[in-house]
Amino acid sequence: MTAPVHERIVERWSAAALETAVAHGTLGLVIRPDLLVDVVGSLKVEFGFDLLLDVTAVDWPQREPRFDVVYHLYTTREFVRVRVKTRVAASAPVVDSLLGLYNSARIAERECHEMYGIEFRGNADLRPILLYEGFIGHPLRKDYPKQREQPLVPYRK
Amino acid sequence: MTAGSRTAMPSGAFEYLTTKKDEFVGWARKFSLFPYPFVTACCAMEFMSVSSTLYDTDRFGAALPRFSPRQADLLMVVGTITHKQAPVLRRVYEQMCEPKWVIAFGVCATSGGFYQNYAALQGIDRIIPVDLYIPGCPPRPEMVIDGIMKLQDRIASDRHPIITDRF
Repeated sequence: MTAPVHERIVERWSAAALETAVAHGTLGLVIRPDLLVDVVGSLKVEFGFDLLLDVTAVDWPQREPRFDVVYHLYTTREFVRVRVKTRVAASAPVVDSLLGLYNSARIAERECHEMYGIEFRGNADLRPILLYEGFIGHPLRKDYPKQREQPLVPYRK
Repeated sequence: MTAGSRTAMPSGAFEYLTTKKDEFVGWARKFSLFPYPFVTACCAMEFMSVSSTLYDTDRFGAALPRFSPRQADLLMVVGTITHKQAPVLRRVYEQMCEPKWVIAFGVCATSGGFYQNYAALQGIDRIIPVDLYIPGCPPRPEMVIDGIMKLQDRIASDRHPIITDRF
């Protein structure tokens, strides 16, 4: 099931995108990190995607570049979603912040930063939001040991 | 009324009973458990069920939840405790007056349950002493009642010193 807006987006961005595919009614775009703000800005301004639902990441430890940074966008005019993915390397996991386009990026990027260690250039406030100050490492990375504990209260003897 | 006034009373009535201090205090304490519900997760549903009409912990004198730790003597930790929340639990425990007891309600409070990850405290006994563990995910109300009765038995048979090393 392809929505008309999906076809217009593919027409507009297929040359720049690395991959485009529709799955379960959602268009997925894979783009280069340097095009992120351009593509998402175009989705917002030209295609009316007025909600940034979530910013998250996927860790592929064996792959280079290692991380997918994933954005989900929604339009309240046509009620469809678009998923924008971009790939960054573990040595420099940096993408541009979408704070200039969506205020909801402020908190979503904070969460993505603490869980995966992705840096968002332009978001000055990347303090932990679900974790606590002093937590070392990024727990949703695949190489974070499952049993590692970082207690805030010293354990009883 | 003194022990010598037996003739003034109808026959067969009690004037006084003799008992031991520890037994008397234990009997009083075991039927006046004021729980502080430290309820954080889905076990809350089972806690509500066991507190309300059908299972009715009021029968054990343990129905009146006190939402101030200073008025409570039974800390019921119901649900998952995260590392981020652990300082709060520790402080609530420290604010409770002696004597006090702690129940770890459900498997998450007991051992972390299936949350074997970066976020969850692997059992509240790592930070506060626990008197009774109730396993289950969530525990059945019958199990909670059984647990409360076991705690009551322990309180009744315990020593109740008037002066302790902490007071």
